[in-house]
Amino acid sequence: MAEISLPASLQDVEPVRSVRTPAQLDYTFTAGDATTRFLNGITQKKIIGQQATPQSKVYVPPRGADPELGAATPIEVEVAQVHRHPLVLRGQRRLLRRSSGPGSAASALISSVAPTCRSCTSSRRSPPTRCGSACGSKTVAERRRRHRSHPPSIKWFRPGGEPDDPNVHIPGRTTARAWAPPWVGGVAPTEALIRLRSEGGQA
Amino acid sequence: MRDIAVISFAQTPMRRAVPELNEVEMLMPAIHGAMEQVDMTIDDIGFTCSGSTDYLAGVGFSFVSTLDGVGPWPPIQESHVEMDGAWALYEAWVKLQLGEIDTALIYSYAKSSPGDLPMVLTRQLDPITVAPLWADSVSLAALQARALLDAGKATEADLAEVAARSRRSALDNPNAQLAWDRPADDLLADGYHIAPLRKSDCAPITDGAAIILAAGGVARSRSIDRLDPRHRPHRADPPPRRIRDLTVSESTRTAAANAGVADGPVDGRAAAPFTTRAHPARRDRPRRRRHDPARRAMRSGASR
Repeated sequence: MAEISLPASLQDVEPVRSVRTPAQLDYTFTAGDATTRFLNGITQKKIIGQQATPQSKVYVPPRGADPELGAATPIEVEVAQVHRHPLVLRGQRRLLRRSSGPGSAASALISSVAPTCRSCTSSRRSPPTRCGSACGSKTVAERRRRHRSHPPSIKWFRPGGEPDDPNVHIPGRTTARAWAPPWVGGVAPTEALIRLRSEGGQA
Repeated sequence: MRDIAVISFAQTPMRRAVPELNEVEMLMPAIHGAMEQVDMTIDDIGFTCSGSTDYLAGVGFSFVSTLDGVGPWPPIQESHVEMDGAWALYEAWVKLQLGEIDTALIYSYAKSSPGDLPMVLTRQLDPITVAPLWADSVSLAALQARALLDAGKATEADLAEVAARSRRSALDNPNAQLAWDRPADDLLADGYHIAPLRKSDCAPITDGAAIILAAGGVARSRSIDRLDPRHRPHRADPPPRRIRDLTVSESTRTAAANAGVADGPVDGRAAAPFTTRAHPARRDRPRRRRHDPARRAMRSGASR
């Protein structure tokens, strides 16, 4: 850094080395039409995706535009109930029924639809890891009531660590997960398999 | 210089607030409108450039989600400037001049209503010496107006005349938020907003969007405006408050000189958020042709 020669009147003044300038701005956030409809679905315990045409992709959560078509997404698709998902429905029931086992199917579905959908599994306030064990202390009716009256919070969500369920089908997708390429060999890797591979072992 | 034409223009209705739509939902109908006028799709566009400021809506990277409105997948060639639409237009113009592309989609939008706009704009100031003062945009414009009045370069009647003329021309644009026909004397009877500025001297806070399609090598019959190269060079005055005379805009003086109108009679106007920056007593403003809805709207979309 170059030497700065100060005028005589400033010779003995303590130099300013840093300043702290706090700033806060308040905004009124506009969710918009598409996201408002999605959030209304969440209050009904439904994950509602949207698509622009019956053939195009379903977006969850919808943000208002389909980036492939540059078009609005007026068609609503309830993601959890289309295309006969016995596993998904079972998972949802287990979730309501104090599923305490590792790997709740509902959370697997939700994590494989889109990251932000995890909010659905995480409105329970108690901190520990996965929704299944965390939601056990409330009655079903009470949880439903809470779900209706509060927007979901993601504050206490922690990934459970279980692998995604390869059998979940997302409408409009040919791969098992929304953001990943198809599995090598068509088989979803388990956590044990990934650990084995990363340590140089053979599957 | 390559001949560049504006072949299509669209804008949304400018409103004080659009609370029911997010930015991409507000923007999309206008993009579709501009494309349909010339029967084009995103596949026909060589380059897409947008101008917006995330601070206005308070959503970081909000320009990424608004890009979804043009259909950017599979990936397109695009760019964003944290500036106004005029600057986005300039970037596209440069690319068109280089011959890399033949068509460009330029859009500019703003949702200025979610925050307290004059306060939000303080974040554009020097973060160490000026921003902590929270000197809002209207107050700074009032400082400039005071300097202008004290220097004798303008009177309040001059400013009122600019306001009256601008709002009267807005009557031609059904999308304008504020349009009325009142004589300048009438405006002078209004009280001050922030002295010496009246509300009529300030731009209304606006939510809206404007879209331009530009192309090179287009027949004149198909173009609605030409982008004259003399108007294109983009200049800015230095933002620090103490290093320039507030009553002089060197950038507009240079631009006017380059356009060949520095000394002649000026039949155009400056697009500016405050009357102080567009009043007729100064000859150092950029030349704008009178019927130029495209450029005017690109500025009003950002509503500074």
